[in-house]
Amino acid sequence: MTMTGIAQLIIGVTDLVAALLFMYGLKRMSSPVTAPSGIFVAGIGMLVAVLAGFFYAFDVGAAAKPHLTVNVGLGVLALVVGGGIAWWGGKKVAMTAMPQMVALYNGMGGGAAGAIAAVELFGTKTPGATQLVVTLLGALIGSISLSGSLIAWAKLEGVIKKPLRVPGQQYFNILVLLGTLAVAAYLVYVAQGGIGQLLPTPQLIYLFFGCALAYGILMTLPIGGADMPVVISIYNAATGLAVGLEGFVLENPALMIAGMVVGAAGTLLTLLMAKAMNRSVANVLFTNFGGAAKHKTSHIKGSLKPTAAADAAIFMRYAKSVIIVPGYGLAAAQAQQKLYEFVKLLLAAGVSVKFAIHPVAGRMPGQMDVLLAEAGVPYDLIFQLDDINEEFKTTDVALVIGANDVVNPAARTDKSSPIFGMPILNADQAKQVYVVKRGQGKGYADIVNALFYADNCNMVYGDAAAVMTMMIEAVRGLGTKAAA
Amino acid sequence: MDFSIHITGFVALYIFMLAAFAGWVIIGHVPAILHTPLMSGSNFVHGIVVVGGMFALLNASTVQEQAIGFFAVLLGAGNAAGGYAVTVRMLAMFQTSGQKTHSAKHGRAKARHLKAT
Repeated sequence: MTMTGIAQLIIGVTDLVAALLFMYGLKRMSSPVTAPSGIFVAGIGMLVAVLAGFFYAFDVGAAAKPHLTVNVGLGVLALVVGGGIAWWGGKKVAMTAMPQMVALYNGMGGGAAGAIAAVELFGTKTPGATQLVVTLLGALIGSISLSGSLIAWAKLEGVIKKPLRVPGQQYFNILVLLGTLAVAAYLVYVAQGGIGQLLPTPQLIYLFFGCALAYGILMTLPIGGADMPVVISIYNAATGLAVGLEGFVLENPALMIAGMVVGAAGTLLTLLMAKAMNRSVANVLFTNFGGAAKHKTSHIKGSLKPTAAADAAIFMRYAKSVIIVPGYGLAAAQAQQKLYEFVKLLLAAGVSVKFAIHPVAGRMPGQMDVLLAEAGVPYDLIFQLDDINEEFKTTDVALVIGANDVVNPAARTDKSSPIFGMPILNADQAKQVYVVKRGQGKGYADIVNALFYADNCNMVYGDAAAVMTMMIEAVRGLGTKAAA
Repeated sequence: MDFSIHITGFVALYIFMLAAFAGWVIIGHVPAILHTPLMSGSNFVHGIVVVGGMFALLNASTVQEQAIGFFAVLLGAGNAAGGYAVTVRMLAMFQTSGQKTHSAKHGRAKARHLKAT
């Protein structure tokens, strides 16, 4: 057997194994018990596939032979630099910044798919019409995913502060998309021997990529920060699709299978997420188009009123009823156990305590129920939005811990707010509101929360775990001496 | 023996159809709690694009092809490595409170949060 044959055999087998491990890993990742082993299994698949990728060196075309040493060196360099930086970033990033990190990595995947398409398009090979159409389609989707993901990242990271919306934007975006498709169609026409070429082919390719990237940016700019998880999920599915399509062009079944599995899984995940947020995907993508929304922040009255954790704790100890609204900040500080300890003290003192859970509490839909259950909170204390929202009116204290957008009254009243229309917990209707927050920063949707400035609201600044410890001590202290 | 792979029209459509169906079924009954880690995990899986990038780079014969190929591998490697790193960290958060194997990790994360406050 020739070296080429051996290389092809090794690549064929490892790619087959990789495709199997990816699917098995994803399957394991869809249950909390087996999830950590699932990502490990998929990781092994990736590792063997990448290592086997070097065997392509034994199977290159004649034109590439003289450049092989340089190309292998470049490959190692790119793997080490790209993989190393991303690995370091992924290990270092704060849990709260995770969604934008996923967006960034996803954009990279889209960019890689687009780059592969570019190599094929600029290359000397003359592909058939099907090949060319699929290449262009993958390039289009990959490019949109790249630039769109970068905008999503910028929005979540706070680089872009608010949605950009101008009248007629929707129509302009459609025009850009149609323009991109027209350039793509023209490229196919030229490649098929069409006459009357307006621009040299390389220029057409640049134009095509430019338009596709621009469309990704334009499409994402008007979408509000609170909808970004759904948007990232859409781009995740899109990148999968682009990878699958480029896999077809390269005749690589592992790419085709992995890409298409992610494309389908990502689409389903998007639908599930949108459902959990009580929105439709179309609603997320297009709801705010055309509406010239000028976001005013000046109309907020009142001021932030900080208070001591101990004071808030004692107030709650002597209240009749308390509703707790937990959010991502609680999970990030790993303070669920401490919170429940505090709740037990309140219950023992005869206070009625309930938990109110927003459908998207904690950024990961449904996460909060499980985290509270793990901390030992009995299920009959946990209430979902629809079941408890009427009760805030008659409740003495609403304790908001690490949640922000899900209690922002702007979602009810302010049509210009990016989260307008999202169902929220009516914490502002309680007689007294305490908000436990790490700092004065804005929430996920990056908008000011009018609740924090309301007359009946006091802020307790600090890490949720530290604040809960102080609250527990304050209530316990009442047993022996009057706490300050 | 010839081990090179050739995929044409309908074979590709069959592969795409079966893979899409598999993806849909695999995710079918996932609890909401895992939506975000699973998004990140599937994000990692399409990092396999790095292998396509390697193919393009190793077959490059002009400087332009080399440059774009390098770019493809760079981005693909970032997708794969970063996707893996964040997914592992995210899933570690979902350990039940009884398991202490990850307490060191949590301790570090907590220390970071306290520092940031």
